[in-house]
Amino acid sequence: MSSNETPQKATGLHVGTAEPGCKKTDPMLVIDHVKKSFGGLTAVDVEHLEIPKNAITALIGPNGAGKTTLFNLLTGFDTPDTGTWSFEGKSLSGVPSFKVAQMGQVRTFQLTKALSLLTVLDNMKLGAKDQAGEGIFKSLFPRFWKKQDAEIEVKAMELLKRFKLDTKKEDFAASLSGGQRKLLEMARALMTDPVLVMLDEPMAGVNPALTQSLLEHVLNLKNDGMTVLFVEHDMHMVRHIADWVVVMAEGKVVAEGPPDTVMKEQAVIDAYLGAHQDTDLGVITGRIDTINEEESK
Amino acid sequence: MDWGTIINNTLAGLLTPTTIAFALAALGLAMHFGFAGLLNFGIAGFMAIGAYGYAISVLTFGLPWWLGMIIGVLGSIAFAVLLGVPTLRLRGDYLAIVTIAAAEIARLLFLTTAFTDVTGSADGLFGYNSAGGFSSANPFPPGSYGFGPWTYNSETLWVLTFGLGVLALCIWLLWALMRSPWGRVIKGIREDEDAVRALGKNVFAYKMQALIIGGVFGGLGGIVYAAFANVSPGVYVTSITFFIWTALLLGGAATIFGPVIGSVIFWVLQAFLSNILPELAINGILPVDGTQAATLRFVLVGIGLMLLVIYRPQGIFGDKREMTFVK
Repeated sequence: MSSNETPQKATGLHVGTAEPGCKKTDPMLVIDHVKKSFGGLTAVDVEHLEIPKNAITALIGPNGAGKTTLFNLLTGFDTPDTGTWSFEGKSLSGVPSFKVAQMGQVRTFQLTKALSLLTVLDNMKLGAKDQAGEGIFKSLFPRFWKKQDAEIEVKAMELLKRFKLDTKKEDFAASLSGGQRKLLEMARALMTDPVLVMLDEPMAGVNPALTQSLLEHVLNLKNDGMTVLFVEHDMHMVRHIADWVVVMAEGKVVAEGPPDTVMKEQAVIDAYLGAHQDTDLGVITGRIDTINEEESK
Repeated sequence: MDWGTIINNTLAGLLTPTTIAFALAALGLAMHFGFAGLLNFGIAGFMAIGAYGYAISVLTFGLPWWLGMIIGVLGSIAFAVLLGVPTLRLRGDYLAIVTIAAAEIARLLFLTTAFTDVTGSADGLFGYNSAGGFSSANPFPPGSYGFGPWTYNSETLWVLTFGLGVLALCIWLLWALMRSPWGRVIKGIREDEDAVRALGKNVFAYKMQALIIGGVFGGLGGIVYAAFANVSPGVYVTSITFFIWTALLLGGAATIFGPVIGSVIFWVLQAFLSNILPELAINGILPVDGTQAATLRFVLVGIGLMLLVIYRPQGIFGDKREMTFVK
């Protein structure tokens, strides 16, 4: 798949006009009145938001818009002051983060969390769910977990091959480059067999050469039937792969819609650019064009 | 200088009940710090609870020795839970502060005269080994065993055999746990607990399990020590915690045999220094008197600990690659 090809976009995601809080035909996450303040600062104040199923949704907004805080709230890493939210119809309010992950909603972090002094393979195997050998008593006797562990290793190696990390399997994760760690974190998240993958700035700090393969991996998640919600500052990436874009500013959802239309909305331009309305968003952080230019040389 | 005595005493340090007790406690710290990343500075408290649990069960409640030892172990489990519930949700450094305080609280409770009937206050407790039947459970007939520096009477031999048995069991337990998927989760928590949480693991439960297992090892260390010497509050002071840390870091925190070998090296060195330093002082090589020379070894332990942490943080048996990526 080349970078110029436009990926198949999911359509017909919403009901009625595409405005903040609009209904989705098949929502995976439904958020109601979620509010979180840090002291006097309201970091997140979302009235109503639905994240569509089997689609890639981008969460964008200027720095301090509350994107990562919303991520933390949705995954149970932080508790909101008020509000409810549900995942595939099950309420997640007050559910601890590890249970959220067990339900199939897995996340990555803005600052990559590779487990440095574990090997790449151990990082991967740690991701697998329902391991008998993770119980303290069964762990003492390998006959309870040897077979399952071997199966997990096969699965881990398949994923590592897909992410081109298979040659590094015996290395400490600390020896990987920043971009490779991002790949490892994403691959490790996939070991949990998620239905919703939440990526917090998957492109941050990744060199342009890796950007393309990361993009493809994100698109593959959708092709494999997963739902993706990601935070990103790279507008080219958002335009290229997102089926739906949610724009946040000062804790609120100010706009949502398909990427082509939503970026032209006045609220979005105001949120991002203030006075400099005429600046092309792509020029600021665009990396795809750079690669293409280099390739065409 | 009497080199014969010095060498003899040094070699005797290789295998003593104290060395085994230290190895057990260091093994507990390896579980806590080396594998799970829990900064426990209260290992002396776990040892004290184990030792007092055993001695009090026998002397006050008239229980047999083995039941007393089990109660000592249960006591260290309770201590771990008591420490863990309020602190394991906090960041690592807070656990360090709380454990050091809790160990001091435990020691002072054993020292206070309010409970003299039970704890013996500053005198400590003694006579429980014979009262509880540990001494009469000795399978070795009276006599002298071993050779050279390693000559023991039957009582010491029994404590050594018992201690080595407990140590072997604990080493096996730690090894079996750390090679398993359970151990993988524990090491993952050491690296980054949020990442492990995001993968659906109940981090708090795992940290509690690690704290309990390490605490039981520490408690068993106290029990083995109590099986040999009297139980006295003067033993379980904060400095013993730091000696155990030295032994652990010497051998390698994230290893199975490192803490054991580290304890052996620590006590051999201690035996060597406590013999050679007074000799040097008497011969006028060191400008101090004999008593001061003996305490000089603790100064040297401190310097040794500093050098170790700066220049070889992974210890003797640690993975060299770990050093490269030390945070």
